[in-house]
Amino acid sequence: MQRACLLSTFGTALVLLTTGSAQAATQIDWWHAMGGGLGEKVNDIAADFNARQDDYVVNPVFKGDYTDTMMSAIAAFRAGKAPEIVQIYEVGTATMMHAKGAIIPVYRLMAEESADFDPSAYLPAVTGYYTTPEGKMLSLPFNSSTPVTYVNRDILEKAGVDEVPMTWQGLGKALEKVVDSGAADCGLTTTWPSWVMLENYSARNDIPFASEANGFEGLDARLQFNETAVVDHIQRLAQWQQDGRFAYGGRKDEAAPKFYSGECAMMMGSSASYAGVRDNANFDFGVAPLSYDAEVIESPNNTIIGGASLWVLSGASEAQKKGIAEFFEYLSSPEVQADWHQFTGYLPITTAAAELTRKQGFYEENPGTDVAIEQMTGSAPTENSKGLRLGNMVQIRDVINGALEKIFAGEVGVQQGLDQAAEKGNALLEKFQNANS
Amino acid sequence: MAYFQRSHFMPWLLLAPQLIIVSVFFFWPAWQAVEQAFYIEDAFGLARHFAGLSNFMAVLSDPAYYSVIWTTVVFSLSVALGAMSIALFLAVLADRVIKGGSTYKTFLIWPYAVAPAVAGVVWLFLFDPSLGLVTALLERLGIEWNHNLNGGQALLLVILASVWKQMSYNFVFFLAGLQAIPKSLLESAAIDGASPMRRFWTITFPLLSPTSFFLLVMNSIYAFFETFGTIDTVTSGGPGSATTTLVYKIYQDGFVGQNLGTSAAQSVLLMVLVGGLTFIQFRFVERRVQY
Repeated sequence: MQRACLLSTFGTALVLLTTGSAQAATQIDWWHAMGGGLGEKVNDIAADFNARQDDYVVNPVFKGDYTDTMMSAIAAFRAGKAPEIVQIYEVGTATMMHAKGAIIPVYRLMAEESADFDPSAYLPAVTGYYTTPEGKMLSLPFNSSTPVTYVNRDILEKAGVDEVPMTWQGLGKALEKVVDSGAADCGLTTTWPSWVMLENYSARNDIPFASEANGFEGLDARLQFNETAVVDHIQRLAQWQQDGRFAYGGRKDEAAPKFYSGECAMMMGSSASYAGVRDNANFDFGVAPLSYDAEVIESPNNTIIGGASLWVLSGASEAQKKGIAEFFEYLSSPEVQADWHQFTGYLPITTAAAELTRKQGFYEENPGTDVAIEQMTGSAPTENSKGLRLGNMVQIRDVINGALEKIFAGEVGVQQGLDQAAEKGNALLEKFQNANS
Repeated sequence: MAYFQRSHFMPWLLLAPQLIIVSVFFFWPAWQAVEQAFYIEDAFGLARHFAGLSNFMAVLSDPAYYSVIWTTVVFSLSVALGAMSIALFLAVLADRVIKGGSTYKTFLIWPYAVAPAVAGVVWLFLFDPSLGLVTALLERLGIEWNHNLNGGQALLLVILASVWKQMSYNFVFFLAGLQAIPKSLLESAAIDGASPMRRFWTITFPLLSPTSFFLLVMNSIYAFFETFGTIDTVTSGGPGSATTTLVYKIYQDGFVGQNLGTSAAQSVLLMVLVGGLTFIQFRFVERRVQY
């Protein structure tokens, strides 16, 4: 960490020397969680912004994974040394927005500092997760993805499945063929089970995950997944786990090798995994939209996003605020967004960026990359598909994943397992409510 | 000598560096944890109010906490006993090797140089449910290995990884202990007709007791605290909460969940627990040690 600091200081010094405006440039620190190739891309974006103007210098600093970054930012805030911009994952949203004295909402900052900020330029399905019920943007979406279905076409062909079904009912029949024909040992697996199989299943089929509009309308929201069609859905997966049509693979990305190795014919996972699938799959793969439940809904909703957004922490000076507004405008520009979208597989945050990407012919050259964006923009988000705003969401996910593991291992019944998870989750929500009201 | 007894200043001065380090890196954070345990505070430290014992009540009234204690007991006992008995066995064997002894010893000490997180990753590769080498072997034997779903297997895996990592440390101490035992004792027993097993249990083992006791304390502390990295990389406490130990739960609640109050209460409880355990070890087990 110390070395990263030194390096960035050195980098800053270099920039100051070359631009020759050492006395004027305002420093803006940006802590992020993008490692590897993504981290280099972040550095490129900041360097390009710094080169374009002389007034501000944005210093990106890599702080480890999402949890590490959030922890360091909070610790730094408590010590009075917070960065101006910090990248926070979507499940940390409720914690951030309730820390009223610690953040500057993006809509307010942009309104005060920037003349041509147009909230309607952003994709509602992406920004919805980070806005108030009145539609005011609290943080700037940076990297957002949504779950899609990756399929192994070679296996499907061997099993005699011509088309990837759109519904869970159709999927059940197709996967039966896969397993019965012996084309693969397992039909379907999933990464991030709570996100895909509970949170997004609810959004896609327009059923509430929690009360109070999934927590958007109040801290007294309580979990409802144990009383909805989710129960039948998990029952279905538990059944499939028995007969081979589904295989549980782990809480995060651990399931991916099951798909790469050809053990499973399909995988539901983040749209941002596209590059990983492309690099690891030595078979003909395809991307299909996330299935919906024909018994619950006729035409499906959009799915909800995962990923992270950029928060502005209070303590920024007037000059820094101006710089942040300018930087956010630059980040939202169609060119930067289209480049980021195409390079990483994350969703673009503006309509203009999606159109630019289409015009550049990217979707034609990379078939399947437009599935996620189609899925997000196909319908207007409803109360149930705008996102989740639940406190202690990181732990709630752990609780849900723990319950799923017990259900799939056959240790508890479906209803009982989900009831227990809801009860534990509600205790966490109550704790959050008490600490923030 | 007389000078030291008269002066009240000199001993303190000489102790000062150590005392300063201990107070900055131990007493101060420990005090902060104790203080934090009595408050409810939001993550950013914007609002804070006194909560009395409610953080402790919340922890102690949660049935999940007791299952975590049970997991910790099973885990720690297995790790401490496993790492010590295997190390002792290997040390006795290595002590008798005459040719190429140092090569054996080097290889046996090697795992200690591996960081806990890396040790975890190595074992994770071997036991990956889809790609792992050992998993493939087990499958041939008809055992289905999936530690992502099977809690018992997950616990076994983190125990294996932790034992492997700690074994080398114990090996070094046991080997040194064995080499300090006078050969004449063993030889005279052999002349009296004592079998190798008898020589081990009546001479070697009792003479190793100071080493064993020291290692028991060190291994308990290792199992309680330092296995965090291994657990984090291998299972992240799952599946369910099958591999969540007390330390891991503190991390989950405090760092991931931002619940500072209950997390601090748990660390105070853990501090009391480990302190108590060490006290018991010194009070009762040490009596049987022959120096």
